[in-house]
Amino acid sequence: MENLANIQVIQNMIYIISSVMFILGIKMLGKEATAVKGNYLSALAMFFAVAITCLSLEIDIKIILAGVLLGGLIGSLIAIKVKMTAIPEMVALFNGFGGLATFLIAWSQFNEPDNSIFQHVLVMLTIYIGGITFSGSLIAYGKLSEKLKLGKGSIVTNVFISFFYLSMPAFIYVVIEPSIAGFVPQVPSYFSIFLVLTLMAGIGFVMPIGGGDMPVVISLLNSLSGIAAAFAGLLLLNNVLIVAGSLVGASGLILTIIMAKAMNRTITNILFVGYASSGQTASSEEQGEVKPITSDDAYLILENASSVLVVPGYGMAVAQAQHVVREMGELLEDNGTEVKYGIHPVAGRMPGHMNVLLAEANVSYDLLAEPEDVNPSMDTIDVAIVIGANDVVNPSATEEEGSPIYGMPIIEVHNAKTVFVLKRSMSSGFAGVQNPLFFRENTRMLFGDAKESIGQIVAEFKD
Amino acid sequence: MEMYVLLGFVLLLSIFLGLELISKVPSTLHTPLMSGANAISGIALVGALMLSSAGQMQDILAFGAILFASINVFGGYLVTNRMLSMFKKK
Repeated sequence: MENLANIQVIQNMIYIISSVMFILGIKMLGKEATAVKGNYLSALAMFFAVAITCLSLEIDIKIILAGVLLGGLIGSLIAIKVKMTAIPEMVALFNGFGGLATFLIAWSQFNEPDNSIFQHVLVMLTIYIGGITFSGSLIAYGKLSEKLKLGKGSIVTNVFISFFYLSMPAFIYVVIEPSIAGFVPQVPSYFSIFLVLTLMAGIGFVMPIGGGDMPVVISLLNSLSGIAAAFAGLLLLNNVLIVAGSLVGASGLILTIIMAKAMNRTITNILFVGYASSGQTASSEEQGEVKPITSDDAYLILENASSVLVVPGYGMAVAQAQHVVREMGELLEDNGTEVKYGIHPVAGRMPGHMNVLLAEANVSYDLLAEPEDVNPSMDTIDVAIVIGANDVVNPSATEEEGSPIYGMPIIEVHNAKTVFVLKRSMSSGFAGVQNPLFFRENTRMLFGDAKESIGQIVAEFKD
Repeated sequence: MEMYVLLGFVLLLSIFLGLELISKVPSTLHTPLMSGANAISGIALVGALMLSSAGQMQDILAFGAILFASINVFGGYLVTNRMLSMFKKK
């Protein structure tokens, strides 16, 4: 007996050490110079915490080995094989698996005899959050990988949304069930119904949210998976689970807030309202004519430009144009042009999406600038090249008070001397708002696939 | 009960600590931070290892929890590392 107590003391001490390592690790992960080491440190912390837990096991070691080896193999394979353009959906998928793990942990705990009232509440809370994280992340995965096309307004979506609202009273019922058991007729197998409803609720939670709002949703699901782990820690009385889970919860929350701010919308508006019902009729008055341009003419203007700002958006990811964009940037620099990249925080489908793509293409990260760095000196830019971005460069956000996106901080490319907009067609952006930028005097539209258009410019430079 | 209050306190403090630690992150690191934090949420693996083994159902649940948490841990750390190794200053 004394032996067992000793083991617990040692375990708790190692847990504290790995908690400190997690804290330092995530701190280092937030700075460019130390990020790689931070990730190693947090992986080491994970290793210590897992290894020391193995000192006292109840489960058959064969089950553990099978689970860890198989899971490690699957996880590693996905991580090594995945293309950088598929990172958003992959993060969503891993996140969902974390949520599923906590969901199963709480389920197992529910099956234990003699749970106290407090444990019962924690079990339900962990199941609810973990389950929503799991199925919500799967839907996010489906949407990001474009396998799932259902959105707001379809009947299926509405059915799942009603499950989401139904799950709330169900949650309250299961929480208070032990206390009212003697007074009201029992609902048979209420727990199984709750499990299913929870998973349905996660689907209904994410399904109506559109692609452009995904950066917020992914950050939020990330946060929820941490919170679920922290609650599981409270349930199992394990301090490292609590500390690590809370850190993830906090970091996800910060990203969620940053993303919402970058869209100038509240989190509730993004999750439960969406753009369509923002009230305003989107169409602004007389638009005028667009001025198309060929890549030959674009090349001639670029050749004489002394400063160029590239503003990428989701369209660059779709066209996989990041490599050819980097090539164009290098050719421009060789030609004596100053090249910068203006990155909007919500460009793309996850926080920092554009940064990852450009890093993959080998663009040095000191060339990447945020909106507040480039906007003040925008009038000195000769050419701003907008590649598949729309809402984040829409001047309505600063000029047109009735616009649904009014107030959203944008990259003010319309103040540059010339703007090239690379676009497939004249369709409006995710927000469904017409973009007056396209009709400006200083704007030239380069229609077609971004990769091809830029490829032609690059070819001209090489000649 | 005392234990829960104490650990609840730890939970609150950790959230505040986390908010302080990561409040100013350059946007270049948003994705790696999210992916790295995602890997940390695989700490659920420790919770999965602590589960008890009483009957087949419990074993299946434990196996599932260990399996999915392991995918989260290994995949999360590896992909974060892969991503970070691409961020270079020339």
